[in-house]
Amino acid sequence: MTNEYNESNADLLNIEIKLLLEAIFLKYGYDFRNYSKAHIKRRVLHWLNVNHTKTVSELLHNILRNREIFYELLDDLSINVTEMYRDPEFYKSLRNIVIPKLNTYAYFKIWHAGCSTGEEVYSLAILLKEEGLLGRCQIYATDFNNKVLEIAREGIYKKADIEQYNRNYELAGGKYNLSDYYQAMYGSVKFQNELSERIVFADHNLVTDSVFADVNLILCRNVMIYFEKSLQNQVLKLFYESLVPSGILCLGSKETIKYTQSENYFDTLDEKQRIYKKKLI
Amino acid sequence: MYKAIVIGTSHGGLEALKVILPGFKQGFPLPVIVVLHIGDHNNDPFIAYLNQWCNIPVKEAEINETIEPGIIYFAPPNYHLLINDTFSFTLSIEKKVNFSRPSIDVLFESAAWVYTKSLIGVILTGANSDGANGLLTIKKFGGTTIVQNPCSAIATTMPRAALKLAKPDCRLSLEEIVLKLNELAYSMK
Repeated sequence: MTNEYNESNADLLNIEIKLLLEAIFLKYGYDFRNYSKAHIKRRVLHWLNVNHTKTVSELLHNILRNREIFYELLDDLSINVTEMYRDPEFYKSLRNIVIPKLNTYAYFKIWHAGCSTGEEVYSLAILLKEEGLLGRCQIYATDFNNKVLEIAREGIYKKADIEQYNRNYELAGGKYNLSDYYQAMYGSVKFQNELSERIVFADHNLVTDSVFADVNLILCRNVMIYFEKSLQNQVLKLFYESLVPSGILCLGSKETIKYTQSENYFDTLDEKQRIYKKKLI
Repeated sequence: MYKAIVIGTSHGGLEALKVILPGFKQGFPLPVIVVLHIGDHNNDPFIAYLNQWCNIPVKEAEINETIEPGIIYFAPPNYHLLINDTFSFTLSIEKKVNFSRPSIDVLFESAAWVYTKSLIGVILTGANSDGANGLLTIKKFGGTTIVQNPCSAIATTMPRAALKLAKPDCRLSLEEIVLKLNELAYSMK
């Protein structure tokens, strides 16, 4: 451990983190000011330790003067851990509860917010294909990090992870074989163009950008866990405004609209899997 | 005055917790926050089980939940548990730390930042070295550190790693830890 923070300057750490987030917003427009402080502190101190930097002030000095260092830090601030069919039970519920509702539309739009490297978007596209709905939909997959969007667009993933994904696919109620949807090449697999053709990958920041589109289904899983409550409220409002009446919102399995300002604007379709429906009002 | 206890353990942890947690009487003045490595398994069965043994409520920590004294909280499986400066819980799916999610280091560090010297950190039996760095952070921020005596632990790797790196304030048996935690919890300093 190389950072210099301890009992005697714990308050200094809080001040410097606040200044750093303000500086990032003023200089680069990315707004982390209402992210969970515990999360930000952890990522920033991790950065200090890895890069042998002693204080947050030093990092602040560096990112203001060096754009490249800022983008490296940005990568560290956004968590891009994901997998195909993460939480298989959720996808089972999506298939049983949400698909019949989507089936009532001739054409529908899906917004996958905070899609990261895209594994869950392809999971969704495969599920839609198996239910015969892929041709009737447009999927928008968004993230604020262009580097992960590039990976998502390519749809190429490590072969070493496929065994785990295959297990998840089966647990999620997959109808055929996951291998039907990708081509193996060297140490990688590439998912079919038929899937990616239905997906528009786009740069969108949940914190600073506005309503996305009139969508029928929003998936935003394990993104809001990094937000402070005020920002969770703000983003849930954005989702509410983006959804058509009776549109559906899916959150991560530990996220909830309970105790937020949006609680009364949604009905619960599946409490355990965090699937909600926008009230008509 | 202390404000919270954090406990980390893995292999043999449930057995050790069965000795420690029932030692907190009704109206215990501090929250007790626990990371137990149990893989991806659901927490519900052993939380129900511990509730039969304990005098204060045992539950899984939830996102945004305000931390209350007299409650034992467990990190949910497959998520890191962190503490916000508003003394509420937050979760993270960032990659495993020390092959573990939840990681003891992640909880201990974030607890040290908010509770500083009002924190007690405890490392019990376990088969990897998760928690050693976190315990050192607690010490750096002025908290009190306790490690189970490896001689009495089912798995010695975790307490040994913590002893070596953090040089804790006390090295105790499970029974002694129960007494010590109660003494510290009710002390006025």
